[in-house]
Amino acid sequence: MCTVCGCGDKVVIDGREVSHEEAHRLGLAHSHDHGPVGPGEHTHHHHHRHSHPHRHGDLVHDHPHDHHHDHPHDHSHGPHHDHGDPAHAHAHAHGADDHDHTHDHLHYGTGPAGVSVPGMSQARLIEVETSILAKNDAIAASNRRVLRALGVLALNLVSSPGSGKTTLLCRTIEALGDAPLAVIEGDQQTSADADRIRATGARAIQINTGKGCHLDAAMVGHAIDDLRPRPGSYLFIENVGNLVCPAAFDLGEAAKVAILSVTEGEDKPLKYPDMFTAARLAILNKTDLAPHCDVDLDLCEANLRRVNPGIEILRLSARTGEGMPAWLDWLRARLAEAQA
Amino acid sequence: MHEMSLAEGIRSIVLDQARAHGFARVTVLRLEIGRFAGVEKPALDFAFDVVMRGSPAEGARLEMIDLPGQALCYDCAKTVQIADRLDPCPECGGGRLIPQGGDELRIKDMEVL
Repeated sequence: MCTVCGCGDKVVIDGREVSHEEAHRLGLAHSHDHGPVGPGEHTHHHHHRHSHPHRHGDLVHDHPHDHHHDHPHDHSHGPHHDHGDPAHAHAHAHGADDHDHTHDHLHYGTGPAGVSVPGMSQARLIEVETSILAKNDAIAASNRRVLRALGVLALNLVSSPGSGKTTLLCRTIEALGDAPLAVIEGDQQTSADADRIRATGARAIQINTGKGCHLDAAMVGHAIDDLRPRPGSYLFIENVGNLVCPAAFDLGEAAKVAILSVTEGEDKPLKYPDMFTAARLAILNKTDLAPHCDVDLDLCEANLRRVNPGIEILRLSARTGEGMPAWLDWLRARLAEAQA
Repeated sequence: MHEMSLAEGIRSIVLDQARAHGFARVTVLRLEIGRFAGVEKPALDFAFDVVMRGSPAEGARLEMIDLPGQALCYDCAKTVQIADRLDPCPECGGGRLIPQGGDELRIKDMEVL
């Protein structure tokens, strides 16, 4: 479960569920009941209730067929198994052959020794000084090291749903031509966005967060492992459309780019300051619609600078291409920085 | 922010600490919460009680320590304390401030048995 926003933790990366591993890696509370499997493997004998189309009339019966499938159906299935309520953590026994915890070193916050306080009989005071988000931040730092070593420019694209992130990405990929790049798409459900990206010829991986309202560093770390971005390439990470939770989760990106469509109203930066404070660049998208929707773009920019005086701002329309050259220049300059 | 899941993060740290230090029970847990962390304290108090059940911190007292919101003013270049994210600079009245702290969300310490 998300440590910030309460969302669920079932994650599917291109049809492969990774939630248990992630939950372990993050040390989150969860429970599961799969049988013993080989070291390091979560084979997941899913207790599916997924909606792929074999209907059996009114018969109620248990399906005898095993689901050791390769997920040929893209992400249309519902919850695989319940990650129980938050009150029970680690209800399962970790048998020696269950799964290999190679990620044990990712448990943070077990550091300093307890300090005993005089006069407190048996009681001890333990200095913790641990951020509640420390685990995510440590994984993000690891992602950042990997990306930096490769000279990859990773950008975390954040916005409300419907601001035009995917369209902007498609146009950007087309405009960048032969430049090597890859895309990580985050959505609660469907692979629709990754499909749109792949239609441009670019490599893309879809992360489905289930009930999750943001990507976290561990999900992105997995996606990087799968994608293996080429040295010196762009890596665009399209976060789940949400102006709140993704602000708190570092993914290891070089910068956050906040996309704000002109139809959303010029006061949005004031309503959701955290996201715009965390962003290096704000893109005012859909400027072709501005004349139709009584929006004051100068006021919008002033509001952006009020919550983040250092923010860079570009106005563009992904649909008409207006303003795209400045965005492409910005990208090339950041890529050069990433390789410096 | 959603406090139920913040409590989940706290629980995970409590379990880590219990393994590392070998204690059975937490009696007091102190959190430092920045002014800009976006935490509803009564909601977190409630979530804490619920989520800690069955953990060493069940029944523990939760103490929340407020940390001030600090910001750098781009107009007078001073670091100032502000109560609200969108407040003007108390020194020069300027409106362009970038938070320099106040988004903390961390467990300071725990009293354990």
